[in-house]
Amino acid sequence: MIEFIRSLFSDPEVWAVTLLSLRVSGISTLISLFIGFPLGTALALGRFPGRAFLYSVINTGMALPPVVVGLAVAMTLWRSGPLGDLRLIYTPSAIILAQTVIAAPVVTGLTAAGLQQLDPRLRLQLYGLGASRTQMILSLWREARLPLLAALMAGFGSVISEVGASMMVGGNIRGQTRVLTTAIVLETSKGEFERAIALGIYLLTITFLINAALTWIQQRGKG
Amino acid sequence: MSPLLEIRDLLVHREKMPVLEIEYLAIEPGEVLAVVGPNGAGKSTLLLTLARLLRAERGQILFNGEQAAAESDLDYRRRIALVLQEPLLLDLSVRENVAVGLKFRGTPAIEIEKRTAEWLGRLGVAHLANRPAKKLSVGEAQRVSLARAFVLQPELLLLDEPFTALDAPTRARLLDDLKSLLAETGTTTIFITHDLQEALKLAARMAVILNGKLEQWGSPQEVFARPVNEAMAKFLGVQPNSSGNL
Repeated sequence: MIEFIRSLFSDPEVWAVTLLSLRVSGISTLISLFIGFPLGTALALGRFPGRAFLYSVINTGMALPPVVVGLAVAMTLWRSGPLGDLRLIYTPSAIILAQTVIAAPVVTGLTAAGLQQLDPRLRLQLYGLGASRTQMILSLWREARLPLLAALMAGFGSVISEVGASMMVGGNIRGQTRVLTTAIVLETSKGEFERAIALGIYLLTITFLINAALTWIQQRGKG
Repeated sequence: MSPLLEIRDLLVHREKMPVLEIEYLAIEPGEVLAVVGPNGAGKSTLLLTLARLLRAERGQILFNGEQAAAESDLDYRRRIALVLQEPLLLDLSVRENVAVGLKFRGTPAIEIEKRTAEWLGRLGVAHLANRPAKKLSVGEAQRVSLARAFVLQPELLLLDEPFTALDAPTRARLLDDLKSLLAETGTTTIFITHDLQEALKLAARMAVILNGKLEQWGSPQEVFARPVNEAMAKFLGVQPNSSGNL
């Protein structure tokens, strides 16, 4: 097995699949941060009509089954679907879109939860020291940096490991939309268990290394 | 001398209920005014309203003779400083905490360094400058919180029961230090407390709020000698005297 894993490292196809996995999951996590941090902040700090409903939607979204997301995105991007003209189905962009739908609620929900753990009077104190609204929010983000990094890790974890949506909207096309998880499914379906296990170990190692780096940053920030 | 701050016909609601009513109150430049009253009387509501963190239902707040509302909330807040009951320090070093308000104002780094060092020293916490603020004792944290406000050289300092969480000896020492600093800097201050002894020690004048209404204000001697009604007398622990005036 060790010999096999070693041979995988020199396999250009495995490298391509791994890089694509990291690229699509990295981009979708990044987009989710741009959506989730502001939206989670608005949910945690804002008082606006429909807030409780939006919170429920986000909480439900945190537990969305990837296959359901895959189905919805596939129907949207399908040739006869509302965004069919964009011809995105079975492209990496389609996977990024689906993974963003999966990760954004996770990042949003955990951002809101992290900010709500802060003392609500801290906002008043920051304003009372002359903070603008932006400075107040940036200060709160810095205070909540540990839960926000946890939100980032959870968001990335939810997409690097999902398979249903990537399979449905990406199509697992060799050299184009094959990512680590869909490759594992394929190898398993062919009965190539050794190769599937090796890819699984590969995926786990990458996930571990990225999370270890983020955890190091997180715990260092704990002072 | 015209008042630094004048409050006229103020009414503040919280959750649609009236919680504070003040017909008139004025603070002279350099004055320390203690606002006293039992818990839940509306003292903190007054402070938050003055910091423009709560909107008044009606009334006027004049700052230097000008309607405070004419200025943006941010510009107005950058002329004042607020210290709350809990120190609420940020998860940064002590020095960074003291510098935070100056950074919000875009003060040049050299000046931030100079003023921060000065006020860390004046509050007796210079030796803690590099320590994480979250690792301070409550007394040390409250000193840092005061340094964080004084460093801004505010035109008006708002203190909301800053000594409540402290033990008696720590409170006495900090009260002495605060009194000296206020005298040295001549900072106009509104000091909220439910402790009459603290009010008497720190302030030249006191305003008493009972059940959301400003009942009486004046020098402590006047207020204690001539409480305007029975509720006031009961709160002050003195005999009622109907000859008092508001």
